Amino acid sequence: MGNHSDGSPTSSDAVAKAGHEEVDKFQDPGLPPHRLRLADTDPKAAKRAERQVAWLFIISIVGTLLFFVAYFGIRLDDTFGPLRLQNTLLGLGVAFAMLGIGTGIVHWARALMPDHEVAEERHAIRSEEDRLAAVQIVDDILDETGIKRRPLIRNTLIGAVALAPLPAIAIFRDLGPLPGDSLRHTLWKEGERLARDPDGTPIKASDVTIGSAFHVIPESLNSLTEGKIAAKAKAVVLLMRLNPEDLNPSQGREDWGYNGIVAYSKICTHVGCPVALYEQQTHHLLCPCHQSTFDLTQECKVIFGPAVRPLPQLPIAVDADGYLVAQSDFHEPVGPSFWERG
Amino acid sequence: MKALSQKRRHPLAALALLVMGLMLTGGLYAVVTTVNQAKADTTTYTAQEVQEGEKLFIANCATCHGLGANGTDAGPSLAGVGAAAVDFQVGTGRMPMQMQGPQARQKPKQFTTSQTREMAAYVATLGDGPALPEEQYIDGGGDAAVGGELFRVNCAMCHNAAAAGGALTRGKFAPPLAGVSSSHIYSAMVTGPQNMPVFNDTNITPEGKRDIITFLNTIENQGAPGGAQLGSLGPVSEGLFLWTVVLGVIIGFTIWLTSRTS
Amino acid sequence: MSTTQQTPAQETPFVPATATGRITNFVDERVGGSGILREFGRKVFPDHWSFMFGEVALYSFVILLLSGTFLTFFFDPSMAETHYSGPYVPLKGVEMSVAYDSTLRLSFEVRGGLFMRQVHHWSALLFVAAVSVHMLRVFFTGAFRKPRELNWVVGGVLLILSMAAGFTGYSLPDDLLSGNGLRIIDGVVKSIPVIGTYISFFLFGGEFPGTAIIGRLYMLHIMLVPAMILLMIAIHLFMVVVHKHTQYPGPGRNDRNVVGYPLGPVYAAKAGGFFFIMFGIIAFISATFQINPVWNYGPYDPSPVSAGTQPDWYIGWVDGALRLMPGWVFNIPMEWHIPFPWGTNTLSMNVLAPALIPAGIVFTLLFIYPWIERWVTRDNREHHVLDRPRNAPTRTAIGVAGFIFYCVMWAAASSDLIATHFEVSLNDALYWMRALFIVGPILGFIITKRVALALQRKDREIALHGRETGRIVRLPHGEFQEIHAQLDDYKRYKLVGFESPVPEEGIPNENGIVTKKENLRSKLSSFFFEDRVAPAAPSELEAGHHHEAITAADDDKAITH
Repeated sequence: MGNHSDGSPTSSDAVAKAGHEEVDKFQDPGLPPHRLRLADTDPKAAKRAERQVAWLFIISIVGTLLFFVAYFGIRLDDTFGPLRLQNTLLGLGVAFAMLGIGTGIVHWARALMPDHEVAEERHAIRSEEDRLAAVQIVDDILDETGIKRRPLIRNTLIGAVALAPLPAIAIFRDLGPLPGDSLRHTLWKEGERLARDPDGTPIKASDVTIGSAFHVIPESLNSLTEGKIAAKAKAVVLLMRLNPEDLNPSQGREDWGYNGIVAYSKICTHVGCPVALYEQQTHHLLCPCHQSTFDLTQECKVIFGPAVRPLPQLPIAVDADGYLVAQSDFHEPVGPSFWERG
Repeated sequence: MKALSQKRRHPLAALALLVMGLMLTGGLYAVVTTVNQAKADTTTYTAQEVQEGEKLFIANCATCHGLGANGTDAGPSLAGVGAAAVDFQVGTGRMPMQMQGPQARQKPKQFTTSQTREMAAYVATLGDGPALPEEQYIDGGGDAAVGGELFRVNCAMCHNAAAAGGALTRGKFAPPLAGVSSSHIYSAMVTGPQNMPVFNDTNITPEGKRDIITFLNTIENQGAPGGAQLGSLGPVSEGLFLWTVVLGVIIGFTIWLTSRTS
Repeated sequence: MSTTQQTPAQETPFVPATATGRITNFVDERVGGSGILREFGRKVFPDHWSFMFGEVALYSFVILLLSGTFLTFFFDPSMAETHYSGPYVPLKGVEMSVAYDSTLRLSFEVRGGLFMRQVHHWSALLFVAAVSVHMLRVFFTGAFRKPRELNWVVGGVLLILSMAAGFTGYSLPDDLLSGNGLRIIDGVVKSIPVIGTYISFFLFGGEFPGTAIIGRLYMLHIMLVPAMILLMIAIHLFMVVVHKHTQYPGPGRNDRNVVGYPLGPVYAAKAGGFFFIMFGIIAFISATFQINPVWNYGPYDPSPVSAGTQPDWYIGWVDGALRLMPGWVFNIPMEWHIPFPWGTNTLSMNVLAPALIPAGIVFTLLFIYPWIERWVTRDNREHHVLDRPRNAPTRTAIGVAGFIFYCVMWAAASSDLIATHFEVSLNDALYWMRALFIVGPILGFIITKRVALALQRKDREIALHGRETGRIVRLPHGEFQEIHAQLDDYKRYKLVGFESPVPEEGIPNENGIVTKKENLRSKLSSFFFEDRVAPAAPSELEAGHHHEAITAADDDKAITH
């Protein structure tokens, strides 16, 4: 920083030289004289304030009554009308009941209770006398336990206390199973039909016209009886059809689509939101949570936002009946990165 | 559809699904050969309507879309977009476009209903495309719950779960759906205006679209049970309201509370 | 009160005359209430509106406990599947979890249930906001200085706990919005090196979302977190009693006294009445403004998502940091694949860095700041008189820089809504906020410090020369002058009664060497205090009076204007 004290403040008379103010300082004039309120001097004003406070308490009583009228007087049905009316009225009832009491008490305190400011001395938080006494007590206690003279006891105690909490950590082991390789697999397998979300009807290649976006689940998903949601959380796919010339598949992935129909995992590679916003003219996919943008024409490469990896592509083909099927599972884990992903 | 969604976790669901799947496949395969045939325009327009429509087109649209609606650098070809696209784009005022931008904005419509119909009639002659929705699918008499599920899966990511709209990339956006007519919602689904994907009849069946429209009508008309909705924008507007209005009121009370009376 | 009039002589036991007196005396003899009342009944509390935020937080917490207890009677934290059969048509027959179903039922079928849910949610938002504003007040007035450093730390812990309470509650209804929030948490947890995947599996009882998380969050939300908050509040209030309250500077106030109103009756009436006012305000808001309409979002399903998916405001800054972070910085991926002898491991800094680093910076600085300032100033005195923010320009500037740092992340969490509502490009909004994230705090620091110094100079000017009255007089020799009205002693003392420390050179140790640590301290001291404005001194006022005889003559007009 260097000698910065030649900055603008010194050029004004505002900056004092060090040590200057210690001798030359304004003295505290003490508390200013007390100013009386209107209600302190005028009995009429005091009486008026009294009546105002009483009125506020009466408003509170009315509010409580309003609550009961709303609670018992309004019958709820299948529509939101009565529900909204009841919510508003019983809420306002409570509001007036509470505000009446609160403002009444505060108005009473402000207008009628004494408002002389008083000064109270602070006391030392810790006195030296107390400290000495405390030190003495601790010394005595330590002495009586003999912990300093008996290191064997001390050391074994430290060992015991250090180990004792470990079961409390270990006992939480069964909170969940170990990950294993479950994050690397989804329901997709060779021949698994692509089906509509949520009803699970399979999709034919001819159904998917250019510009379409289908939200897709594996056909077998809806027949799962256990772990369906967890399976769905990994397996959801977005199916889109572009002009085949707009797609630029890399080597080895030329046959992962069919006639411009491509399927990509819907789970963002950032933190896992469904990336479902498909712009059919720009061919961009946008994640609504953190705005990662993927370019479908570059195999869903990230072109904006916090994601790093492209969305995994699901290789698809058409079966003998014209239905879209998966060629295999995804070739990489879907969704957000994790340490073991590699 | 609804019964299916309710019972699909049943142990026998797999069997039922299989049977149904087989029936459906066989049935549908026989009936539906190609999608484009299924959506072919069945509305009939008079020759005069087509003629009037062409005149209107040449006067108002050809600058960008080309004289034969073949498209230019400024606007796409309209062959095959169908009458529904015209009804949506012109009927919501998006076309004619005021200026080039990230997307065409909604504005007061420039043409009367009959003029719009005439232009639709003309464009429908240029190639097979989605027709105007049939009355039965936009009557709002579907199943709001099924529509809600379809809406959340297919639409909510752009239009927001409460249909309040949302942002897309680089200045584009999905508009709020309150106040949009049922027929325009239907047309938007089948034509995929701007960057919206197309939801053809095999993706969401006409009955499904009817359910979605029913759902949208329901949530638009039901009102909010808890009070003012703060734009249905979720936690952001709630937080903003709390930090400004609620905290402001509380600070007002604390100042009153700690001040001296005169 | 009969208990306060006990006779001093122990031999003649006090005999109460009335029934109330007898009951009071019975209790008093067994709990020693007289002693407590004697200690606290007239305890003095300073009065200022900015001191009320602690109460706002405390009262919101009480309202949270009351409304939350009501909700537990109707809420069922189970993730078992069910089909809705209640009155709300757009969800009839839809598959959902029991937790979501019971939330809908308590909203639509329990009378007053919707109101209580809205009370609970609004007061939750308010609770965290009040804790935050209270901490800002404490920071900017220097109330964290000795002897209150530990209570500042307790306050920081309370801030974190209040966020934890909020987040665990936000997820309970198992709706689409909060479910996607949980999914983001899962993604962030998985990015933690080595143990992330395991934590995720233990947290969710298997793969996301599993069937355990709602029940587990529920237990944390209604038991563990509130219990910890209560414990921290107890410690916090105990320390407030030990320290007595701070007070703003002014005539008659110093570090050895506390000036204000006695607890009974004025302060107790105001503070007690304020609880009812707070309850009334929250009830009013809950009656008229809808919050968290879970029926709009639908039940959680891993496939859909809604545009505008945001967390409640207090988690917003972390979500915003996740949005601000670019995945690729100049073509360098922020996900690193690190080769180890046993294989390659993945470190996704694009998630880990924004999730941990800004929060780490904010909370670390927040917790250690009292010790930083104490070390730099070598000030070991007790401070009970607060600083006006302008009188500690560097601290105020640091606080504002931190506030802007937070606010940019906070704003980034609503980037999509900023884009739609201000009709700008989503991408441009994020580019701007990335720039602001770096530049904003620096600009904020510089501007705030200059503004604080300017305000101090203005105070000096007024203390020495009085206020401008707007009255122009013509002197006999023709000169025009504006009359300045001098302040009275009380008002002037408010402007001059502060300390302005000077930068310190590093102090050599016993070997005469200025250590590196002392050098750093000296540099920090310059950073804090080299630009400074000293309080006006009596000698300067004296000198001024000789110059401006005309203002001295108008002294009598100083008090009223």
